[in-house]
Amino acid sequence: MEILETKLMKGNEALAEAAIQAKCDAYFGYPITPQSEVLEYLSREMTVRGGVVLQAESEVASINMIYGAAGAGARVMTTSSSPGISLMQEGLSYIASAQLPCLIVNVNRGGPGLGTIQPSQGDYFQSTKGGGHGDYRLIVLAPNSVQEMADFVFLGFELADKYRNPVLILSDGAIGQMMEKVVFYKRDVVKPEKSWATTGKHPHRERNIITSLFIQPEKMEQVNLSLLKKYKEIEANEVRYEEVNAKDAEFLLVAYGLSSRISHKVVDLARHKGLKLGLLRPITLYPFPTKRIEELVPQLKGAMTVEMNAGQMVEDVRLAVNGKIPVTHYGRMGGIIPSPEEVLEKVEEFISNI
Amino acid sequence: MNEEKLEQQNTVTEEEEFELIYERPVHLTETRLHYCPGCGHSTAHKLIAEVVHELGIVTKTIGVAPVGCAVFAYDYLNIDMQEAAHGRACAVATGIKRVLPDKYVFTYQGDGDLAAIGIAETIHAVNRGENILIIFINNAIYGMTSGQMAPTTLPGMKTTTSPYGRDTSSMGMPLKMCELIAPLKGAFYVTRQAVHTATNVRKARKAILNGLKYQTLGKGTCFIEIISNCPSNWKMTPVQTIDFIEKDMIPYYPLGDVKVPKPEDLKQ
Repeated sequence: MEILETKLMKGNEALAEAAIQAKCDAYFGYPITPQSEVLEYLSREMTVRGGVVLQAESEVASINMIYGAAGAGARVMTTSSSPGISLMQEGLSYIASAQLPCLIVNVNRGGPGLGTIQPSQGDYFQSTKGGGHGDYRLIVLAPNSVQEMADFVFLGFELADKYRNPVLILSDGAIGQMMEKVVFYKRDVVKPEKSWATTGKHPHRERNIITSLFIQPEKMEQVNLSLLKKYKEIEANEVRYEEVNAKDAEFLLVAYGLSSRISHKVVDLARHKGLKLGLLRPITLYPFPTKRIEELVPQLKGAMTVEMNAGQMVEDVRLAVNGKIPVTHYGRMGGIIPSPEEVLEKVEEFISNI
Repeated sequence: MNEEKLEQQNTVTEEEEFELIYERPVHLTETRLHYCPGCGHSTAHKLIAEVVHELGIVTKTIGVAPVGCAVFAYDYLNIDMQEAAHGRACAVATGIKRVLPDKYVFTYQGDGDLAAIGIAETIHAVNRGENILIIFINNAIYGMTSGQMAPTTLPGMKTTTSPYGRDTSSMGMPLKMCELIAPLKGAFYVTRQAVHTATNVRKARKAILNGLKYQTLGKGTCFIEIISNCPSNWKMTPVQTIDFIEKDMIPYYPLGDVKVPKPEDLKQ
């Protein structure tokens, strides 16, 4: 791809710039640390370069503005951080049911409650298991660099349109706030026709209705089944992951986002010591790389997730491993980022106890 | 009258000539309304369908339905529509209008939806002067959930959650939404209408017509409150509800324009 420009940017700003380049039509947001730069950047840039930017009265309002604008056929995005994302869960459930493509970004901070503004991965459950009420899934992308904060915006919009499903970028306060080199490429951004959108009823078609209400049980179940079918398709086609020294690994770290950056370093340190440690980094948290973990199990003696939470993704790894090898978790909370040395010590402790 | 005679009376013979004076509005679907007999919602739906037809704007109109009795409004209005979460219609309408500024966007909301759970979205949409039409059906009760107290329930009025009557010392006074939002600069046209008499229906129709027409000016929000009735949950016959509207509702919620555009405001 032809390079457009190379810049030093904050993760939040790179994401905002990518949204403009991805031809996002409208952005609705509400200030919350550590993601307010997105709203600020877009208020400054997108309003001038073309596009709707609106600071809503709450996250509840912004997610419902997303519902309306997405239902009207626009390419739309909102961003927030953990408490704000909690407020959006009702809207997300409606959006998932009404099958509206849109991009949601969570720059995860520490919780529960008002918590801390420091980085955390405590929203894994909420992000990957639905979050709001009812049976639904978001496609969840987990960037681990400023570059991916930008790249996943393009991918996110593409997947949202492909499956008519909300896509969540699950980042964290560190990736959002840190500055790194980011390359913007010249891309051919294509926005599909949306014949289902409510744009005004023309005589040649039936009226379009955006709804999540299916009051007859039989109809509701049909909708549930068709959503399930879509999720199976997503699980079959959209699993993305990255590996570091996994092919010959006897012990496996599983980590995403910021933790995967730390874990990469842990693998380097371990290999230097002669430990056959590898890393599997899920890029899509939903769909989860369950199959790849299953494939690796025969060569493994144990697996450990490294997460900045009390142990959430570890449950998905345990499901994939299905009791065949020991699985453990190491995590720090409260906005504390573990050091590679600290993690390595835990890995060695784990191995010695197997 | 026995059935045979009734049938004879209702049978139209070919020789007879009739003048068509009323028919189903073009933009109402054939679907049978689920509203209780005597309920004002059906009349309000009809008026919207008629006005959209009169203005010839169906290809440019998007409606937003609420949660409440009108949750199925899109089953009856043959118009592109979105069904919003409870209270969020004004936020949904904002989203639609901001990306489709040349279209006509309206919300249709009840008192629980607009004045309780959705009051923040309502006030902020009006305060931003969103160029949308908000149609607010005030029947002083939660109809869909079968008769609980609404923010608009009258003082002393009995509901299933104010079984001894609304005690304003602990439950507050009913909200007068028109008067609450009219002072906001973003409110362009604010009026309170009713649909319980033929005269009021005509006035309400005119208000909806203006509310949609003004949208092309891009000068702010139009807000039309419609005082309506709820025979089932007021535990009254439809005829009794008309009396209640006249004697109890209208004295508290006076009908008429609360804010009208000045002649110079009506210029493009």
